[in-house]
Amino acid sequence: MNSTPLPGTPAATTSSPPLPSLRLADVACRRGERLLFTGLDETLAAGELLWLRGGNGRGKTSLLRLVAGLAAPERGQILWGDAPTRGNARFAAELVYIAHTNALKDDLTAAESLAFLARVHGRDAGPGALRAALARLGLAGRERTPTRSLSQGLRRRVALARLALETTPALWVLDEPFDALDVAGTAVLHALLAVHRARGGSVLLTSHHLHLDAAAASAGFRVLDLDLLPRDAGVVA
Amino acid sequence: MNGAVFAAVYQRDLRLAWRRRTEALLPLAFFLVAASLFPLGVGPDPQVLKLIAPGVVWVCALLAAMLSMPPLFAADHADGSLEQLLLAPGAGLAVAAAKAAAHWTISGAPLVVCAPLLGLLLGLPSAELPVLFVSLLLGTPILSLLGGVGAALTLGLRSAGMLIVLIVLPLAVPALIFGAGAATAVDAGQSPSPHLSLLGALLIACLVGAPPATAAALRIAVE
Repeated sequence: MNSTPLPGTPAATTSSPPLPSLRLADVACRRGERLLFTGLDETLAAGELLWLRGGNGRGKTSLLRLVAGLAAPERGQILWGDAPTRGNARFAAELVYIAHTNALKDDLTAAESLAFLARVHGRDAGPGALRAALARLGLAGRERTPTRSLSQGLRRRVALARLALETTPALWVLDEPFDALDVAGTAVLHALLAVHRARGGSVLLTSHHLHLDAAAASAGFRVLDLDLLPRDAGVVA
Repeated sequence: MNGAVFAAVYQRDLRLAWRRRTEALLPLAFFLVAASLFPLGVGPDPQVLKLIAPGVVWVCALLAAMLSMPPLFAADHADGSLEQLLLAPGAGLAVAAAKAAAHWTISGAPLVVCAPLLGLLLGLPSAELPVLFVSLLLGTPILSLLGGVGAALTLGLRSAGMLIVLIVLPLAVPALIFGAGAATAVDAGQSPSPHLSLLGALLIACLVGAPPATAAALRIAVE
C-alpha cells in the first residue's frame, strides 16, 4: 500500500532527459587494511530501487560513499552512463546523497537548514517551495524552530525534506533513511520514493528495517545483499 | 570556483556567528587581554612599551587567530555538512575560500579595528597607528588563509589546536616580521612602504596558494 503515491503529491515531471544508469563494474572496497567486499557488479537503471542489505561492518555505508564520489574504490569502476562518477559535474548535479548524519546546524532553523542544503546543491528553492517540502514531511509550523530543539526523528525529517524539493529525475543515495522515523514518516518517505521512481529517478538505499520486506515484494525493490559477496578476510597487499 | 557554494557557506557562517555572538567575540577578548598583560609583565616604562608595541600587537593577533582556528571545519565535519559541501566537483575550493573569508570577517576584522586602540594603550605614537592598522589589514587575512590550511590538515585529530599552532606559526613568521617591521620602520624614520608591499605580496601568494591546499586536505579528511 505504501508503494502508491499518496493523494496530493506533486505530479511527476517528465520533461527532462532520461536518467543514465549507475553501473558498478567489479568494484572492491577497502576500509583500512580490510577488504570489505570484492567483485561487485551491479546496474541500477532509471526508475529502479536497489535495497542494499548486509550485516554491520559489511560496507553498506562505504559503498554509498563510493557511489557518491566521496571515496575511491580499491578496484573497479563506478560509472554514470559511460562516465566515471568521481569529478563528474553532471553526476553531482543529478545526485542527492543523504548520509546517516543529517548535516543540520543546531543554530539554524529547519527552513534555513533546508535552504542552505538546497542552495549548495544548486537547487532553486524559494520560500514557498521550502515551506511545502517541510510540510510534506509533517513539519508545518516548525519552519522557524532551531534544529537544536527538534527530536531525532524530526531532524531526520528535515534532512529528508530535501527529497520533497526534487522535481527532476535523479539518483537518490540514502543511508538508513528510515532510521528514527515513525509510522507516518515512513509512509511519507515511501510515497516520496514512489513519486520519484514514477518520474524516472533511481534509488540506492540501505536499511535494516524489516517492513521493507513487504514493500520490496509489492513495490519491486531489488535487493543487493553484501553478505553474499566474497570478501578477503586477510590483509591485502 | 563554485560561486553559489562560496556565497552560501560565507553567509551561513556569518549567520551562525551572529547566533553565537559571545563565542565569536572570544578571539577579540583574548587579543585585548593578552596584549594588556605586557605592561604588567615588562613594567610601565613608556620607552620600552613604545618599542615593543607593534610586535606585541602582532604576536597577540597571530595567537588570537590561531586559537580560533580549530572549530573552523571540525563542526561541519562532525555533523556531516562537510561531506555534503564536497559532493560537487570543485566545491572544495569554494568551501576553503568561503571559510577563510568568513573567519577573517568574524575574528580578523575586529582585531584590525581594535589594534590602533591597543597601540594607543601601549603608548605608540599617533604617526605609527595608521601603519599598524594597514599592516594588520593586510596581515590578518594571511593568518586566516594559513590557519585554514592548518585546520584542514588536522581535521579529525585529537589535540588539533596545538598542532594547528605548530604547523601555521612557522609559515606566519614572514607576515609577523614585515607586519611588525612596518610600524618599527616609521619609528626609525623610514618609509613603511617596503614592508607593506612585501606583506601585500605575501597576501596575494596566500590567496592563490592556500585555498587549493585547504581543499586538498579537506578531500583527504572526508575520504
